[in-house]
Amino acid sequence: MTDQEILAGLAEIIDEIAGVPADEVTPEKNFVEDLDIDSLSMVEIAVAAQDKFGVEIPDEQLKDLKTVQDVVNFVSKNS
Amino acid sequence: MSSNGQVGVVVIGLGATTPLGGDVASTWSGMLAGNSGVRRITDEWVSNLPVKIAAPAAEDPVSVVGRVQARRMDRCEQFALVAAREAWADAGSPTVDPYRLGVAVTSGIGGIGSTLSAYDTLREKGWERISPYTVPMLMPNGAAGWISIELGARAGAHALVSACASGAESIGYGMDMIRSGRADVVLAGGAEAAIMALNIGAFAVMRAMSTRNDEPERASRPWDKGRDGFVLGEGAGIVVLESLPHALARGARIYAVAAGAGYSADAFHISHGSPDGAGVRYAITSALSNAGISPSQVVHINAHATSTPEGDPLEARAIADALGDAAGGCVVTSTKSMTGHLLGGAGAVETVAAILALRDRIAPPTINLEDIDDDVTIDVATKARPLADSAADGAVRPLAVLNNAFGFGGHNVTLAFTEFIPQEG
Repeated sequence: MTDQEILAGLAEIIDEIAGVPADEVTPEKNFVEDLDIDSLSMVEIAVAAQDKFGVEIPDEQLKDLKTVQDVVNFVSKNS
Repeated sequence: MSSNGQVGVVVIGLGATTPLGGDVASTWSGMLAGNSGVRRITDEWVSNLPVKIAAPAAEDPVSVVGRVQARRMDRCEQFALVAAREAWADAGSPTVDPYRLGVAVTSGIGGIGSTLSAYDTLREKGWERISPYTVPMLMPNGAAGWISIELGARAGAHALVSACASGAESIGYGMDMIRSGRADVVLAGGAEAAIMALNIGAFAVMRAMSTRNDEPERASRPWDKGRDGFVLGEGAGIVVLESLPHALARGARIYAVAAGAGYSADAFHISHGSPDGAGVRYAITSALSNAGISPSQVVHINAHATSTPEGDPLEARAIADALGDAAGGCVVTSTKSMTGHLLGGAGAVETVAAILALRDRIAPPTINLEDIDDDVTIDVATKARPLADSAADGAVRPLAVLNNAFGFGGHNVTLAFTEFIPQEG
């Protein structure tokens, strides 16, 4: 899966769960500060990402995934 | 100060979403027209239940709240937020010091739909697939929390629970928040969203529900000899209360004076009202006393009457006892004949209806009342009926209306509202 495909898949998840339009989900965006996503929704996004990309995101990793690019990198590295 | 020596509290905004309409105006016109919100339920989940009728909300709250916010909220919280938004807008969205703005909004059961679906998810897919918002969705104080967040209300957000008296009790508590000096403005009311298999099964096994499945619109028939139980409804009602000095200072539009509240506990049985009606009578009498009004001022009561064989006559007797000779001048109605029983939302929606009855000087009807119980002596409106309006009609001013709400556990609540008569000068 290319980074572009991961980004598109992640944007779809974020749109569904947090209502952020896909075109606003760009790599440099910070989940909390830019996209207004709280820690509860982050848990939901992580579970949906696991299902979509087949990558386990442990809690201790999740807290370090601050930006969209962080998640793309994590999924890319572990898939 | 009002006539009872306490700081006056007035009603400045109304909100509702009910089986008759998605807002106050459509609900009220539906009531005056005598419409029924009761429907045959065709979903698969009713197939094994003896009750196949209910009164679903006329408008899906998701369409108002929005998809993303709605997925974090139980349906009862969504109803509460819809009604709160309407009530707040109706009040003119006043600017209030956040620490002087309070919330007292509740539900009888809380997020039961979220609880049940989360449990299904837990068993079928595991704990990790439960929504992280499950706890705030199932807690009965969730609606109060959401409303406080939306409006930035920081004086306190409360959720009193007393089964089907919850909505009325919350309005009484909201009045107390203002009287005690804790707040200048309070949103108060209740919501319920419980039309689902477990709840219907649980009420049906108590033999509390109507099984008039072939005639849904005729199933809720308070005081009629043919009644066979209540019909479950859903929705919410919210009122915005304000201290009278605060409202006068900013020239607020005033619907009515929230004049008083009366409470009692039957201390008799966990789900049966005390047959002598003493607890209900005490609540009514206490509300009159708390409001500083006499029975002769009471022109209308929106009764609790749910269409159960034992509850309706008990309340009728208590009303007759509490009002005494003045009972003849009081037009009584049960709007549950049209909305079904909204449980924790009932007292709030019916308070909204009572206030509009006072404003418009008209009592909505109790539909389906064709053959009244022999021992019911109160004057029940079967068609929308004008209320006494002047001394010539025998009415003593200010005119007053009451709302009764009772709940399993033996809770009895009566709220009293009077017309607002501006002082000269």
